[in-house]
Amino acid sequence: MSPLNRREFVAAGVAAGGGLVVGFYLPHGAKSGQPTFSPNAYVRVTPENKITIVVARSEMGQGIRTALPMILAEELEADWKRIEIEQAGASTLYGDQTTGGSASVRTTWDPMRKAGAAAREMLISAAALTWGVPRSTCAAQNGNIFDGASKRQLSYGELASKAATLPIPTEVPLKQSKDYKIIGRRLPRVDTPSKVKGEAVFGIDFRMPGMKYAVLSRCPTIGGKILNFEDKESRKISGVSYVGKISDSAVAVVADTVWGAMEGRRLLNITWDDGPNKNLNTAMVMDSLRQGAAKKSASLYAVGDALKAAGRKVSAEYQLPFMAHAPMEPGNCTAHFKGSTCELWAPTQVPQDCRDSVAQAVGLDPDQVKVNVTLMGGGFGRRLEHDYAVEAAQVSKAARVPVKVLWTREDDMRSSTYRPASLHQLTATVDGAGYPVAFTHRLIAPSISGQRGQPGPNGIDPDLSDEAAFVYGLPNVSLEYVQTETVVPLGWMRSVYALQVAFANESFIDELAVAARKDPLEYRLHMLAQNQNKDQDISFFTTTWHTARMRVVLQLAADKAGWTKPLPAGHFRGIACFACFSSYVAEVVEISMENDTPRVHRVVAAVDCGQVVNPSILEQQIPGGVVYALGNALRAKITIEKGRVVQGNFDDYAPVRMEETPVVEVYAVPSTEPPTGIGEPSVPPLAPAFCNAIFAATRKRIRSLPILG
Amino acid sequence: MIALVPLCTLETMADITLRINGSEKKIGVPPETPLLWVLRDTLELTGTKFGCGAGLCGACTVHVDGAAIRSCSTPVSQVSGKTVTTIEGLGANGLHILQQAWIAEEVPQCGYCQTGQIMTAAALLGKTPNPSDEQITQAMNGNLCRCGTYERIRRAIRRAASGGSVATAGAR
Repeated sequence: MSPLNRREFVAAGVAAGGGLVVGFYLPHGAKSGQPTFSPNAYVRVTPENKITIVVARSEMGQGIRTALPMILAEELEADWKRIEIEQAGASTLYGDQTTGGSASVRTTWDPMRKAGAAAREMLISAAALTWGVPRSTCAAQNGNIFDGASKRQLSYGELASKAATLPIPTEVPLKQSKDYKIIGRRLPRVDTPSKVKGEAVFGIDFRMPGMKYAVLSRCPTIGGKILNFEDKESRKISGVSYVGKISDSAVAVVADTVWGAMEGRRLLNITWDDGPNKNLNTAMVMDSLRQGAAKKSASLYAVGDALKAAGRKVSAEYQLPFMAHAPMEPGNCTAHFKGSTCELWAPTQVPQDCRDSVAQAVGLDPDQVKVNVTLMGGGFGRRLEHDYAVEAAQVSKAARVPVKVLWTREDDMRSSTYRPASLHQLTATVDGAGYPVAFTHRLIAPSISGQRGQPGPNGIDPDLSDEAAFVYGLPNVSLEYVQTETVVPLGWMRSVYALQVAFANESFIDELAVAARKDPLEYRLHMLAQNQNKDQDISFFTTTWHTARMRVVLQLAADKAGWTKPLPAGHFRGIACFACFSSYVAEVVEISMENDTPRVHRVVAAVDCGQVVNPSILEQQIPGGVVYALGNALRAKITIEKGRVVQGNFDDYAPVRMEETPVVEVYAVPSTEPPTGIGEPSVPPLAPAFCNAIFAATRKRIRSLPILG
Repeated sequence: MIALVPLCTLETMADITLRINGSEKKIGVPPETPLLWVLRDTLELTGTKFGCGAGLCGACTVHVDGAAIRSCSTPVSQVSGKTVTTIEGLGANGLHILQQAWIAEEVPQCGYCQTGQIMTAAALLGKTPNPSDEQITQAMNGNLCRCGTYERIRRAIRRAASGGSVATAGAR
């Protein structure tokens, strides 16, 4: 995997606090003779009254093709039913188009609103000029401008040509949340009908004339290479038109059908040079974390003096394995290399990275590479890599045809990037009543960005700024990080480090509560009630967290779960909360034990994510994250033997199926604060809440995931 | 390394007749080609998805003579002369009641597995028009969804089974 051109994906998240892209304003009407009104890169109105909103982030299931247009349409005062939605490819018009870090809504909330408002104000001006009346008598509503005095009205389409001649305002008034007509509504997702009809075009479904299919044989050993290969038998397969070495570690087989390419690959005879990692195994990786623990750590956050606080000290260690994203749609990308240009059709979270990496790989300039973004059959961070795109372009160049490169499930499981394995050392100093006065968390893990040559300032992985906050407001807190190294390829997987950090924090707090003989909810509320129940601000990197918001979320989850009410015989509960990606989530997990195996019956999730843009999408994303996290907690474990990933398919890396899925209830704290992330924040609290419930049931503490070993 | 014998060469190509979504198709492919790739690459019916290639995820589910099968692990020769229905042919006249229920319950997130889910559910309702929760779980357990839409899938099946007129909440 190439680290080249990998930009800091977290930049989008960091920019959430600092303001980001303001829609790059095009010289509108620049294309002479085109009367389309296009005041910025996000919205177009034709004289035929066709209104198009452009989505510059990628749809991977999180509802972004619905949510972002809703935000713009709100300010535009558009008729939602008339809106057409267009997916942007890689572009220079939209700032960073990376879709990740639960960042799309929170970072484009302002640009999308301003883009809609600018268009609205110009349409109002166009109407006022047309009628010769003051702007103040005109108002926008449901896709029309009305003249309040004379009761006349003109549609946006009728005003488009005129609006296109007007100056673009730099300052525009934005609506107040009480006036919202679209934001906050349960509007159906725009992509649902096509997905149930089988008409939706995912990356794997894209076709073009003359296109062939390719599968690649990649070295199964991390860091290994091809020594030599024999392709005589492969070439005998009907439809196989090309076999060739694409890189030091991969051979491509191109055929008329996927099956032909797979058969061709099966018959390749490759001798591998297993390279320097041929003896690597999981135990060695965990040893390296243990060795890392002896090193000096970098401080992520420090308040008071956690070392000197007086009281009794309690410590525990937690450990997590590598995990794989395993989205349902295996990796793929279609490329057409045409000598001086290359066009891609990519299911990708990083269209701009695809463009830049492909350009470098096939010897073009970035502006000679066009990246079209298709629907994605899940992403979960796996499609933040641009490996598929680079391979497709290389194969298309070598085979001189348009090619779809397709990965099999085993390819995806074994040649992926993985959630970093981690070790956590927690220490608390407790007072006479058993409450912590000091809290220390040392996170020992390899760095995803560090592995790509960007170790971060002071050796602090830049992702941690969004994923490692401790929102309890204790007087003495020290959060520390030791960056270790591994050759196992690392990637950003749904909620990234927040999963590991929350598991350690919230399991440990449960241990402290148990030791203090306190109810775990009351214990947490007591911790959050430092400073006489007043809100306490906690500044962690660029985000300011509020203990009051965490307290409300925790209490809401507990109330809805009936925390103080008795459970059915044999049922037990656990609770946990965590704040990441600018959102607060608390979860209560209800379980029973069946033949020593835990069974989750119900999960109650409470979330404060600011203004909810679409409650229906929230009610998809939160349970989705819970079910994903449940699979992570129960069984997700990637292991390494002889330098190779052991797991290959959904039998030995088994996600949750319907029989294991609990009822998940979602409750949002009403809020008019700017919206924050919802794709990831429901993931981290699940494993600790689950393990805390297992402790309640069995008195056995799980300090190492996965639960089922 | 053991010398491998190619299984599908030009010599073994055969004409196979399939009845797919109500029309007859003659296909010249190696007989052991999985039905999935014939549907997707030869017939361009891409509503049927590739997820695991090993019958573990259900994304490739289609009907053969009304029964749900995994097309990724079914050689095309095995369905010669049989009736195959894919998601494209499920609703003969507009949307199938399950597709309507899927829209009303807003089931899909990424949507990739959903056509396979719907095909499995349709076979279930074909045999068991009013399934219990246990029967739903049993029938659907072979279909994976990484977005975790299982509870909405269950609700959509119940809605379709209850047979009432289904509001098309998804229509914009």
